[in-house]
Amino acid sequence: MSEYCLFCHEELIEHISWSTFFSKREEELVCPSCQEQLEEITGKRCDICSRPLERIDAQYVVGTRCSDCVRWENDSEWQGYLAGNLSIYLYNDFLKEIISQYKFRGDYLLAKVFAQKLKTSIRMLHADYLVPIPLSTERQFERGFNQAEALLREAGLHSTHLLQRTHGEKQSKKSREDRIHLSQIFQLTDSFVISGKRILLIDDIYTTGSTLRHAAKLLRKAGADYVFALTLARS
Amino acid sequence: MRFAIFDKKLVPEPLLSEPQTTQTIAKIGEIPQPSRNLHFQYCNDVRKRLIGKQLLLDEIPHTLDEIHQHYEQGYITLRKGIVFEKGTPRCQRCGNQKPHLFSSFPCSRCRELCTYCRKCIMMGRVSTCTPLYSWSDSECQSARETANLVWNGTLSFGQQVASDEVVKAISTNDDLLVWAVCGAGKTELLFEGIRYALSLQKRVCIATPRTDVVQELTPRLQAVFPQIDVASLYAGSPDRHKYSPLTISTTHQLFRFYQAFDVVIVDEVDAFPYSMDETLQYAVQNARKERSSMIYLSATPNQQWQKDCRQGKRNFVTIPARYHRKPLPVPELKWCGNWDKKLKQNKLPPNVMKWLKIRLDMEKQALLFIPKIELIPKLLAILQKLDSRIEAVHAADPERKAKVQSMRQKDIPILVTTTILERGVTFPNLDVAVLGSEEQIFTASALVQIAGRVGRSAQYPTGNITFFHFGRTEAMLQARKQIQNMNAEAAKKGMIDIE
Repeated sequence: MSEYCLFCHEELIEHISWSTFFSKREEELVCPSCQEQLEEITGKRCDICSRPLERIDAQYVVGTRCSDCVRWENDSEWQGYLAGNLSIYLYNDFLKEIISQYKFRGDYLLAKVFAQKLKTSIRMLHADYLVPIPLSTERQFERGFNQAEALLREAGLHSTHLLQRTHGEKQSKKSREDRIHLSQIFQLTDSFVISGKRILLIDDIYTTGSTLRHAAKLLRKAGADYVFALTLARS
Repeated sequence: MRFAIFDKKLVPEPLLSEPQTTQTIAKIGEIPQPSRNLHFQYCNDVRKRLIGKQLLLDEIPHTLDEIHQHYEQGYITLRKGIVFEKGTPRCQRCGNQKPHLFSSFPCSRCRELCTYCRKCIMMGRVSTCTPLYSWSDSECQSARETANLVWNGTLSFGQQVASDEVVKAISTNDDLLVWAVCGAGKTELLFEGIRYALSLQKRVCIATPRTDVVQELTPRLQAVFPQIDVASLYAGSPDRHKYSPLTISTTHQLFRFYQAFDVVIVDEVDAFPYSMDETLQYAVQNARKERSSMIYLSATPNQQWQKDCRQGKRNFVTIPARYHRKPLPVPELKWCGNWDKKLKQNKLPPNVMKWLKIRLDMEKQALLFIPKIELIPKLLAILQKLDSRIEAVHAADPERKAKVQSMRQKDIPILVTTTILERGVTFPNLDVAVLGSEEQIFTASALVQIAGRVGRSAQYPTGNITFFHFGRTEAMLQARKQIQNMNAEAAKKGMIDIE
């Protein structure tokens, strides 16, 4: 057990109760007040992308879906490739700060905070391969690690590198239009059987869903049976 | 990043023409430093960015090739970002050596398990494979810059004595503590010392814990040294890469400096976070040159420093009186019973209530200091019944600036505040009370600072300062003693006018 909160560095005070003695306790890594600020997504969500429907304007909700996903699914180029995305947390200001420290400042240790939750969700989703969204070589060197792969590693799970980047520009600097109209951002690595497999893509944030859909399309065209995604946060 | 050693020089892995044995910088015993090739035409921008600094590769907007070339020619020095002492890591940038503030990860740059510092990660990651880049000397050989002092004010007698001591310490590269009471006029007494240092081509830095002080000092110093382009450094400031003979910086920003300054002036050495954070003290030490002068400014040095002064172990000068030559208001100590319990019953101790009512009746503005934020709602509920214009502020209050402004404009009769307003603010005609002055947060130095809010202006040099307590503490007595001592010293030296 860590003695200090990994987010705010305050000392962690252990609360001893009967369960401390009788059950194997989950390791505490963050203090209660930081934990409180991580908001899990609850209530009605878009049945494809996990977007919390109660939090968006009614004009962007079409039945059980958000209008973005409706748009994707009406587009014959993208229809049906990505079966769905499960996001765990709301991308609130607190998580924004945490993810920025994790990914951009490179505070690798923060991956541990999400390990347990991630592991539980991944178990429910029964996949043949867990595929972290790859970074370009330059970006991976710059950051020192791939944030999606690190999440899996810290959860004690094995990554399969089915994909690699074809070129590398920062996604966050592009508009939605730019992202969607990129010709091809991934290619397949060899030596894996893809045909008939259930593939779970892993990434830190779902923003427009375009990265994940590019990956899904490529994998489905290569014969994958089912491609879905798990992301830490839904922005 | 990994390095090969080739021809007694480091070569970064990405620049190797053929595969060679490489290792991380942490594992290299002594880092080879090529001697300087005087015929090499160095890039002035590289020099300006790196002189007196310690930067990560990612912070330098030049190619690895160019940086490496400057190293090969003896103009850039690399140091290990993390060193291991008896197996435990120490961050060379921020000095952190607390084990829980380090972690390790499989690093794509060195392909090893890499240990990194979490303490200063907000400034970019320093890990075992991270070099810190500096210019290989920190002498400013730039064209002589003239630094005329444009100021026609006069110093008080006390300021003059201190100013002379500052000049002396700078000329002999010594350290000096300027122990000046709140309202002594600390900034002006530095002018002559700074002018003197600049005239000798020395590089000067004023470091202060708080961004607002940096922003307030910059225009003042820019105005008196108009020929110099003053660099103003705080998180997010546009001057980050500016090279200047006179830098005004938050203590935090000094993490990027290395053996840069001939004179470092540290403002408010006793103030949070500097006094509490060893890494900030490390940063300040790291930023000064080996031969340099350090001027500490404080109104309230801690017990240890005061003892060092008494025992002659620390070079110091005092300014026991304010520039307006009136004695410091001495705090009154008043017992007010269990104020916490009273508050829970939505009441204030009667003597506190009376004190506040008198201020409202006299229409004299007042600050009421409280020990914790949580008390604010209850207090406001009581006080706003007396006067609806009464407000409260605390550190995280988004309207903090606006409220301080309304206080200045006299729109607020009484402002309830946490220790956030204990220093730096001046309201001309003011009384001050502390509720619960026995609480731990009110250290002797905090209480002296709080008392120092009263009677600052020459127009209104007096005022009342009362500590309402539920049991006297050592801190309260020390604070009062310190103020009385200063007044006695000032009287003896003829620095105050006694009517």
